[in-house]
Amino acid sequence: MTTPIKFDKNLLELSGVTKHFGGLSALSNISLHIRHDEIYGLIGPNGAGKTTLFNILTGLYQADSGRFTFNNTEYSGHCKPHVLAQAGIARTFQNIRLFANMTALANVMVGRHLRTSSGIWGALTRNATARAEEHAIVQRAHDLLKYVGIDRPHHTLAKNLSYGEQRRLEIARALATDPKLLALDEPAAGMNATETKNLKELLLSIRASGITVLLIEHDVKFILGLCDRVAVLNYGKKIAEAAPEKIRCDPAVITAYLGTEPIIPAQAEI
Amino acid sequence: MRNVLKHLTSKSRRSAWLAFVVLAIALLALPFFTDALLGHGWVRIMDFALLYIMLALGLNIVVGYAGLLDLGYIAFFAVGAYCYALLGSPQLGLHLPFWIVLPLGALLACLFGVLLGAPTLRLRGDYLAIVTLGFGEIIRIFLNNLNAPINITNGPQGISMIDPIRIGEFSFSSTHELFGVTFPSVHLHYYLFLFFTLLVIFISLRLEDSRIGRAWMAIREDEVAAEAMGINTRNIKLLAFAMGATFGGLAGGLFAGFQGFVSPESFSLTESITVLCMVVIGGMGNVSGVLLGGILLIALPEALRHGSGPAQQILFGKTIFDPESLRMLLFGLALVTVMLWRPVGLWPSNQRRRELAVENNATQL
Repeated sequence: MTTPIKFDKNLLELSGVTKHFGGLSALSNISLHIRHDEIYGLIGPNGAGKTTLFNILTGLYQADSGRFTFNNTEYSGHCKPHVLAQAGIARTFQNIRLFANMTALANVMVGRHLRTSSGIWGALTRNATARAEEHAIVQRAHDLLKYVGIDRPHHTLAKNLSYGEQRRLEIARALATDPKLLALDEPAAGMNATETKNLKELLLSIRASGITVLLIEHDVKFILGLCDRVAVLNYGKKIAEAAPEKIRCDPAVITAYLGTEPIIPAQAEI
Repeated sequence: MRNVLKHLTSKSRRSAWLAFVVLAIALLALPFFTDALLGHGWVRIMDFALLYIMLALGLNIVVGYAGLLDLGYIAFFAVGAYCYALLGSPQLGLHLPFWIVLPLGALLACLFGVLLGAPTLRLRGDYLAIVTLGFGEIIRIFLNNLNAPINITNGPQGISMIDPIRIGEFSFSSTHELFGVTFPSVHLHYYLFLFFTLLVIFISLRLEDSRIGRAWMAIREDEVAAEAMGINTRNIKLLAFAMGATFGGLAGGLFAGFQGFVSPESFSLTESITVLCMVVIGGMGNVSGVLLGGILLIALPEALRHGSGPAQQILFGKTIFDPESLRMLLFGLALVTVMLWRPVGLWPSNQRRRELAVENNATQL
């Protein structure tokens, strides 16, 4: 019963998700689904509710109503972030939240926490099991740092890495949790053209390794060139969801981004 | 290349062993040296220093590793001490053996640690500090007032005539003649406390460099990110409180057995602050730093007490300031200076070096 059904193509499904902050309706009646192995983009003007939706998916906020199903398990109730991480949703943050005073390596090693199990006893005795596990954690962390392209010594403190490296370190840390869905909150923010290009390649390679990617981005060109499907939010409502080329010429999207054509008075007063 | 590396590691291993043996001999001989050089009072001060170091190491787990500011830590010391005092004194007429009472005190303190941790899980920083401060005071006030209607703690008078630490027939409170050497009671306590301190150091170091230690530090650095990475912050934080409290309770039990007397005034807020000072000034999150902080904060006031009188005699020809009042002034000045010049502590943790060692191990294996 509990084994996930392989042929089900939706990894994540949201239906009628609503979130209010006081009188402000941050999300109203959002329904969307993310398929296995796709790169799904989420765009929208500032304050459209993208990050709120993200925080609901990763357990930081609780939705007021609506259903939330991930990997054929329902998580609609009050779910803690670590439960969702365990289920296979890993995330990065819009404003980088690394463990600044820990090394790059240790940051990624923390990501292995939920897939490893040694406790106090293992730590104190350092028995064979604990040593083997620790060694595997270190090895995996080194591999992931190489994978995301951090060439600097891996014992550099996270706060001493460059901005682009910090962004990639966050991705490495998230990948260390063995996610099924990698949720990235504006990964290309503040990056230059080369870094953005490298990031794009990295994300494609992550997808090729069988991890579904969910992406929030402001850089519309970046997201339209990368995603399989894109949803557009505006004032907490989903106004469009389609393949990138269709999104580009959707009138509702154009209106949301550029505004409506101003009504020019027939006779301009000088 | 491989041979060179192997040679180097075997050489460094040999020198590490050598250093270890020298250190062990030095630590074992230390009470006799201080006795001969500084006077009889100093071994007793060293005993107290070891107790405080145990406390500081326990608090280091909560504050240094997990980043949870605890201003009521001395309460766990009190719980351990009173547990020992109640179960091993004429107060309740119980005289349970040392090896039952001490672990029981540590366990009870651990329980109190969880009890304090559970309601404060959602609090951070200043708010957590205020609640823990309150907790520390509540315990002290309880101990102060639990003498009526049923006399349990004997109130402000405290509990006296506590059974000395005794393992089998071997009592730590009397002078023993071993291998032709006379060991006074304070020396015996020194060795006992040294053993427990080393045990606490060992546990701290092992935990620091483990999955649990990393989780604590992740919570210290960014709790939201730690939770998003799948760390069950509730359990890991409770574990930090419990571990820290256990060490506090252990030190408390030893304190009661050593002192033979406990009263609520030994567990005031000032004591909590002193232990916190040791952690902060030494270097949060670093065991060596905490050791240094503990030694300094115990030794410095004593040295000033004994040294400032004669120093004034030499400088001015007479004692101008009362050494008692001068010492706290100088002590405070020293603390302020350290915090101004080295806000991270005298010996901050060197994460980089530690991770480098991990990396080398990885390439070796």
